Amino acid sequence: MSATTTSAPSTAGRTLPLTDGSLVQRLLRGAVTPGGAVFILAAILFMAVVWANPSFGDPPQLIRFIGRTAPIAIAAMGQYYVIVSGEFDLSMGAVIATQVVIAGNYIGDDESRVLPAIALMLLIGVVVGLVNGLGTTILRVPSFIVTLGTMLALGGLVRFLTGGAATGNPVDAFREIGRGGIQDVPVLEVLPYPVIILVVIMVAGVWLMRSPFGRTIIATGDNPDAASLAGAHVWWVKTRAFILSSLSATVAGILLVGYAGVHPSVGAGYEFQAITAVVLGGVVLGGGRGWILSAAAGAFALELLFSFLNFQEVESTWRPTVQGVIIILAVAAAGRAWSLGRRPTRTSPPAPPASSAAPSAPSPTTARPGTETGEI
Amino acid sequence: MNDTPRRSPSPPLRSSGDQRRGDPESSATTDRTPEPASTPERAMGVEPGDSVRRRRAARPRGARQLDSTALIYLVLVAVVAVSAVLTGIEGRNFFSQGNIWAVLTAMSVLGLIAIGQTLVILVGSLDLSVPYVVSLATVIAAGGMKGLDGNIPAAVFNTLVVCAVIGLVMGLLVSLLHVHGFIASLGIGLVVSGYLGTNYQGSHGAAAPDLRLLGRSGIVGWIPTAFLVLLACAVLVTLMLRYTRLGHHVYAIGGNRDVARMSGVRIALPVVSAHVLCSVLAGLAALLLLSRTGVGSPTIGSQGRYDLLSIAAVVLGGTLLAGGKGSVVGTMGGVAIFAVLDNVMGVMQVNPFLKDFVRGLVIVLAVAVYARRSVVRRPPRFGASRPVLPVPAAKGPSTKGEPA
Repeated sequence: MSATTTSAPSTAGRTLPLTDGSLVQRLLRGAVTPGGAVFILAAILFMAVVWANPSFGDPPQLIRFIGRTAPIAIAAMGQYYVIVSGEFDLSMGAVIATQVVIAGNYIGDDESRVLPAIALMLLIGVVVGLVNGLGTTILRVPSFIVTLGTMLALGGLVRFLTGGAATGNPVDAFREIGRGGIQDVPVLEVLPYPVIILVVIMVAGVWLMRSPFGRTIIATGDNPDAASLAGAHVWWVKTRAFILSSLSATVAGILLVGYAGVHPSVGAGYEFQAITAVVLGGVVLGGGRGWILSAAAGAFALELLFSFLNFQEVESTWRPTVQGVIIILAVAAAGRAWSLGRRPTRTSPPAPPASSAAPSAPSPTTARPGTETGEI
Repeated sequence: MNDTPRRSPSPPLRSSGDQRRGDPESSATTDRTPEPASTPERAMGVEPGDSVRRRRAARPRGARQLDSTALIYLVLVAVVAVSAVLTGIEGRNFFSQGNIWAVLTAMSVLGLIAIGQTLVILVGSLDLSVPYVVSLATVIAAGGMKGLDGNIPAAVFNTLVVCAVIGLVMGLLVSLLHVHGFIASLGIGLVVSGYLGTNYQGSHGAAAPDLRLLGRSGIVGWIPTAFLVLLACAVLVTLMLRYTRLGHHVYAIGGNRDVARMSGVRIALPVVSAHVLCSVLAGLAALLLLSRTGVGSPTIGSQGRYDLLSIAAVVLGGTLLAGGKGSVVGTMGGVAIFAVLDNVMGVMQVNPFLKDFVRGLVIVLAVAVYARRSVVRRPPRFGASRPVLPVPAAKGPSTKGEPA
């Protein structure tokens, strides 16, 4: 993201709008992309909620809201890896349900089992992600179908094992992860653990997306053939994306146990919620574009919207309708905005094909991260 | 959304060799060897092509000559055989009159929805709103009929018009606003579900006696009328896809939207008609459901999970999820497999939750069987944001010739 990319030779005709100028200028330009606009949307919604219910703005209230939103934000960030690599993960909800039921039944009243249980849940998350990823890449079944299969299989298995009813009750020490927090923090009163976990995952996610793996995953989602020709192991990159997604679902499940208790329907609909949040964050379905924090911001925007509707005393049955309208509008607007951002390069006169093809060849690749990941 | 600048560097890379056929396939299969980074372009274009040809030659001849439709019907025959044995173990006859009737009835609703879904997927879109459209249609139809025969024409007409309008909105969103079909239909589905959840609690209205009679009628006691409706729709849609300009345009757009547009195909009309037909067929399926249940229910569609199951049936039937290749005949095979599986699990009294487990396994395994052999020679295309590679463009006509 440094300004060094702008100094590429012989590409003066197509300098990158997002990589020159001061930080403020770049921030402003970034805010116009869908990945940046979601932060503005979230801020507007936040102000609307505070206007509807002034006590919402108090730090203790606010931090609790962030804690409540943490599971869906974490799930959205997990879904982000998969979507940006060009696939879907529909198995998220079923993974959450599986983890919740495992926590409920394996831990029980035995406090010493908390750590083994978490290890077991993470292991199951890895296995599910591995199955999804290998099914998509090695067996070449569309990810939509593979994850649909794991969703049906896991969901069916969990419901079969529990009989479809709430069973088991993990020890309170485990529930504290999702429910409790550090007491007596100045200003905030309480700092919920989910907030801490969320921040850690966000930082890790940003670091990961700036690492070679993150760059590769975006390149793979953008054009798997090109990434493969450039030496990326596409199958392993995508498989890791699925593993990250399932692990995020696992973490979301651990947090949800504290809030929701143990029921096989806990994660129901989470996959579409997460996809909605990711899409709202300006991440393009089909891969290759989007920023991880925008996905998290999409989740917050969605939850803020629901809070706003609650405070306005709109019947909760209308929630899906509003959600549907919002995602259609967001995607339609994002499609426009992405293409607007690209327009200057498109209208520039096509370079003489034979002569300038070679020198201009590296420019799209070096140019890529700044312009198209939507990072600010 | 077009990737003109990105496309420009790739043609010299891709068109270097004469191995257009082998190239994309090899790029997908030779991920593990990082050699492309270092080898010169020309040599790279030739090498994988050779290995691909060798691999093709090594494959058994029979499997290579089967197209996916034939394969899916072979799988269907195998499933029927296994089911007949399992049913026999339970002491029942799979081929009894009642059981055949049950299987065909089970096929009809999912089948109608899957035909519509086939159209939408062929054109490169997706429809996740069908369960809500089905629910809405049963509620509207039942509410309109109020249990009186005289109201049937008006109620049926209203229902189908509402469905068509929903499909029209979706089609316009996809074709004009360039919203991805996944999102457009998910959003519309959510909108409809919000409406249903707010305005209808519990069952609503009543089906007319004549409609209910239709649900129980059939030919020679073996074939229910519902199945005949399904058959008629399947034939009509197949004819449409094979012999009309619209049908050919559907394949062309699904194969490669940009190439189709540059060839002078208007994108909007086929996309919109596919979505309208899909929603209308979902409405028709809802009427069949109504003829069996007798009352409209705002949750019947989401309980049946027709969105995901119909997509699974379509993909099971050999249609590419990315669009442009596939047929209604294959879809019917996929639907039949589901119906037979459900039937035999019902006979064996499998736990309903375990049924989902089996279904999920079957979907993945069955699709894996031929997803592996019918190699997708182009990247999955989700919306216009995909880079348009030169190779898929060249493959366009040949993928178009294969289906239907």
